[in-house]
Amino acid sequence: MIRLVFLAIAALAFPWLAEFSGYSFYISFASRVLIFAIAATSLNLVLGYGGMVSFGHAAFVGTGAYVASIAMVEGASSAFVAWPLAVAAAAAAAWLIGAASLRTRGVYFIMITLAFAQMVFYLVNSMKAYGGDEGLTLPARPSLGFDLGNETAFYYVVLSCLALTLFFLHRLVHSRFGRVVQAARENAVRAEAIGFPVFRYQLACFVIAGAVGGLAGALLAAHGKYVNPGVLHWTQSGTLMVMVILGGVGRLWGGVLGAAVLLTLEHVVADYRIGWLAALAPNYQQHSALAVGLVLLGIVLFAPQGIAGMLARKHRA
Amino acid sequence: MSAILILEQGLNGLQFGLMLFLLAAGLTLVFGIMDMINLAHGSLYMLGAFVAAALVQATGSFALGVLLAVPVTALAGMVLEVLLLRKLYQRDHLSQVLATFALILIFNEGVRLVWGSDAALPMPQALSGPVELLPGLYYPAYRLLIIAVGLLVAIFLFLLINKTRVGMLVRAGASNREMALAMGVNIKALFTLVFGVGAGLCAVAGAMLAPLLAVQVGMGENILILAFVVIVIGGIGSVRGALIGALLVGIVDTIGRAFLPIAFGAFLPPQFASAAGPAIASVAIYLLMAVVLFFKPQGLFPARG
Repeated sequence: MIRLVFLAIAALAFPWLAEFSGYSFYISFASRVLIFAIAATSLNLVLGYGGMVSFGHAAFVGTGAYVASIAMVEGASSAFVAWPLAVAAAAAAAWLIGAASLRTRGVYFIMITLAFAQMVFYLVNSMKAYGGDEGLTLPARPSLGFDLGNETAFYYVVLSCLALTLFFLHRLVHSRFGRVVQAARENAVRAEAIGFPVFRYQLACFVIAGAVGGLAGALLAAHGKYVNPGVLHWTQSGTLMVMVILGGVGRLWGGVLGAAVLLTLEHVVADYRIGWLAALAPNYQQHSALAVGLVLLGIVLFAPQGIAGMLARKHRA
Repeated sequence: MSAILILEQGLNGLQFGLMLFLLAAGLTLVFGIMDMINLAHGSLYMLGAFVAAALVQATGSFALGVLLAVPVTALAGMVLEVLLLRKLYQRDHLSQVLATFALILIFNEGVRLVWGSDAALPMPQALSGPVELLPGLYYPAYRLLIIAVGLLVAIFLFLLINKTRVGMLVRAGASNREMALAMGVNIKALFTLVFGVGAGLCAVAGAMLAPLLAVQVGMGENILILAFVVIVIGGIGSVRGALIGALLVGIVDTIGRAFLPIAFGAFLPPQFASAAGPAIASVAIYLLMAVVLFFKPQGLFPARG
């Protein structure tokens, strides 16, 4: 509890500290991390708590991003219109995809969610009216009654969204609904035999995660004032999955930790020049993905429970 | 639209399907026998293309370069299997996805470090012209060579898997791994061998397609997904399924791209047809996969009985 309070104070004071120390660029970076934390947390609900290995989560993030952007371009400048639309559209997409995919199991589920995500990717690519493969630029961030163009204001909005998401996830997984979903993860046949309609519970879980993913997408589009089909590419689904596994599968803070560590790692390797490394290989910063790959590999081999698992183990010991 | 155009597109579909089969055959065996999701399979395809480009340049001969690229890539695959992937067989699918996703990043950057972002593998001069197959039907000679190589490798694989002792062990491993283990099969060596063969097949596909497509970093990522679609349609672990699935996907994709826009134009307003045609064509294979899984959740030819 005390750690949570400290964390909240740090998160709330961050823009002020960044401004004060002259690194105001980091406010925007932090917003990006928080947005990916929301997306990864929503995937963690399906993947970690539901045990459904969805390899197509970018479809929902992308649907949210595109629907919010299209609403903006078509004249809905209020976030109170654009964002709920994005969430509803992502939930609808998740309902359709989930209803078809949840009839399969195991590896086939992984592959069919991937296939559906690819369909959305190609559909968006061919929407010439909304930029096609070149993407869609927004005139401004949507308005929330106050100006979101200010990086600090936007940061606090994203932070509130993340806090609400985490609180909601915490309550959800400890509710009756959450218990059933986790029971189905452990043994779907037994859960079914006790009398729970497993399919409907899993579908509901899938739809909730899709909706939250859509919110992350809407925030992502607003953050960059730009969206392109890249948000729907399968490697984006892979990146979200990597964040969840890196942070900790089925752990409340897994998505947040994974997003923070992965994005910070990418940023540090790409933007900081480490003297001795630069002396060895002058162009090493162009190959930051190599370092990210090696770290990920190290995590799989040596910390299979993710970062949250590592911290929890240390805490207990 | 004429019969010649249809025949030509049919041949294109066959050519694409056979190359997909080379990728899918290795992937389906790794998947079926070792129960391992290998996202880095596309990276071996990329590696094969880059190695072939470098060797063709070094030796000055297209045939020699491509022939040498196959064992080199196969060896790289086996080293990868022994050093790393072997540790992942006992882990869950999530760990495998994470580890092989990391491998994609490492391979991409490694190739970029060694060869740069792209490479050139020019088509051999002798094969760059068209051949008249039927009166009025001209078809590029190089694409015919791809079809011939694809068919030869498919026959070779068929004989290897159905007529040899090693092939029998592979089939036993795919249909019931525990039982094969209990019967004393040296699973470890078998896995390494299968992985090497899969990597070699990747190199064949990568090298043969290189003159037609761009040899560049990231080239394996999109074709990997197609290969996954193929093996899911065909049934994981079944080489025969991979062949049928690959031909289905290759032909549906090629025919769809060529004729759906025309077909839509026939009975839809033009501005709608020009948008919907390509869109539907590019999702056609995913629709195919969804339909197949809906009726046969294990794919067309399930390897496990």
